Amino acid sequence: MLNDFFILMKQELVLLAILFILLIIKVGNDWSNERLLNVINALLLINVVAGFIMPAEGALFGDMFKTNGLITLEKNILNVGTLIISLQSYSWLKNHKHLSEFYMLMLSTLLGMFYMLSSGNLLMFYLGLELSSIPLAAMANFDLEKRKSSEAAIKFILSSAFSSGLLLFGVSLLYGTTGTLSFTEITPHLTNAPLQIFAFVLILAGFSFKISVVPFHFWTADVYEGSPVAVTSYLSVISKGAVLFVFVSILYTVFKPLADVWYNMLFLLSVLTIVIGNLFAIRQDNFKRFLAFSSIAQVGFILVGISGSSPLGTASVIYFVLIYIFSNLGAFGVVSIVSALTGKENISDYKAFYKTNPLLSWVLTIALFSLAGVPPTAGFFGKFFLLIAGAEQGNYVLISIAALNMVISFYYYLRIVKSIFMDPNEQPIEKLTVPWMPKLALFLCLAGIVVIGLWSTIYEYIYSLSIGL
Amino acid sequence: MNEIPLSHILFISTALFFIGMYGFFTRRNMITILMSIELILNSVNINFVAFNKYLFPQNLDGVFFTIFIISIAAAEAAVAIAIIINLYRSLHSVDVNETSELKF
Repeated sequence: MLNDFFILMKQELVLLAILFILLIIKVGNDWSNERLLNVINALLLINVVAGFIMPAEGALFGDMFKTNGLITLEKNILNVGTLIISLQSYSWLKNHKHLSEFYMLMLSTLLGMFYMLSSGNLLMFYLGLELSSIPLAAMANFDLEKRKSSEAAIKFILSSAFSSGLLLFGVSLLYGTTGTLSFTEITPHLTNAPLQIFAFVLILAGFSFKISVVPFHFWTADVYEGSPVAVTSYLSVISKGAVLFVFVSILYTVFKPLADVWYNMLFLLSVLTIVIGNLFAIRQDNFKRFLAFSSIAQVGFILVGISGSSPLGTASVIYFVLIYIFSNLGAFGVVSIVSALTGKENISDYKAFYKTNPLLSWVLTIALFSLAGVPPTAGFFGKFFLLIAGAEQGNYVLISIAALNMVISFYYYLRIVKSIFMDPNEQPIEKLTVPWMPKLALFLCLAGIVVIGLWSTIYEYIYSLSIGL
Repeated sequence: MNEIPLSHILFISTALFFIGMYGFFTRRNMITILMSIELILNSVNINFVAFNKYLFPQNLDGVFFTIFIISIAAAEAAVAIAIIINLYRSLHSVDVNETSELKF
């Protein structure tokens, strides 16, 4: 029993141990930031490696906590993403006063996401969701003296509190109609009763807030622009990815009897999300704001994949999130380095960026190609599998709208590539010297973008895991 | 003595939920917005306790959920108020209309 406990909760326990080590270091020592960063990145590397050792399957605490191969894989993906973000934000964190607090907040949100992914009960799910969103608001406010950062934080905490209020009201109605909170026991009680559908709509609204689906996306761009770049990339990749994983598994298992109901909702939401995300991305000049709208559009494509409601849907969503982590972090990595060293965040500042920083330009270009879905990069395969999964339902209107919007998205991604390589500029961003840690992170992203697309074993592995569910 | 029917209690909680929602969208003071969110969460609490007592008295799932919601709402309010205080330092106001540096 005790053995089970340690093996099944291995990833959470390693994370907790790292949190405590950070706390002890913070209390007892007065280390320099550089030393602390080296130690923390080593610990995060250990965390990533530990995730792959001894995979196990089982449930704890009366089915409140469950884990299996797919959940372990999802947690490993999040771990890798966190390590890359930590390496990338080196230049920004090196001079920050509250370094260890930043990592404590970040790791506790990661812990919350892990519990959310493993939850087998609505109570556990809610606790994980809140643990992963409340510290994020504090992180968004991490540039304490900047007004923009506080503004982003207040917008984030108010909208996330409101969305969890909606979600909770839905959960309470679901409890009232089914009499249980456990995922496995809810499913047989679902009967398409109007109250249950209302409860489902509220829960869907709560989820849509967290993954910024269109009628609920208003906080996204503001929060992304105002927060420090490291937090923005964490929000757009890790936090969104975790909620998407849970969303897929809850829709496919708990709400399976309501599949007819949610298919139509997802159809509408995904069309709106793709179109509005794309249209707003065209007119942005701030790079973080641009990436916010591009990430809204990407979520729209993910919804197309989810609407397939088959093991193929699960596999394609996880595969796409994996690719999205690498390609989005590649773009954010460059933005993060430029913003930390020069303070420039506008797309127009990147004109003639290639003349002074060829390496960074190539990384940014390949990342943008992958986000747009240009064939040799992984992004193409990710979107391809999403559309295939969506096409299983036979709704070709949805698939053609999504495919047309991929073409529109080419315009605004390639516009940036054009201004990097072709536009003249009197004062381009000067030559930047990149420390080895962010450089390593950028190479990891590049490797991810190229390898994941071409090495089909990865997709087959994810698919084999998702069939069993 | 007649027992109060469940529908009465659900009416109150639903009304509270929509009052909270209305307050969230119309109020301009950040503290009041926070209070509106508390109203929403409390309507959820009433729902859980009522469902538990009337429909499923054999186990206490709903009551436990309520306890967790109350404690998490406290944590949420603490973080939100800390952020409001920090914003007040640069804004000298708690009006949401003033937080207009980021838009479109």
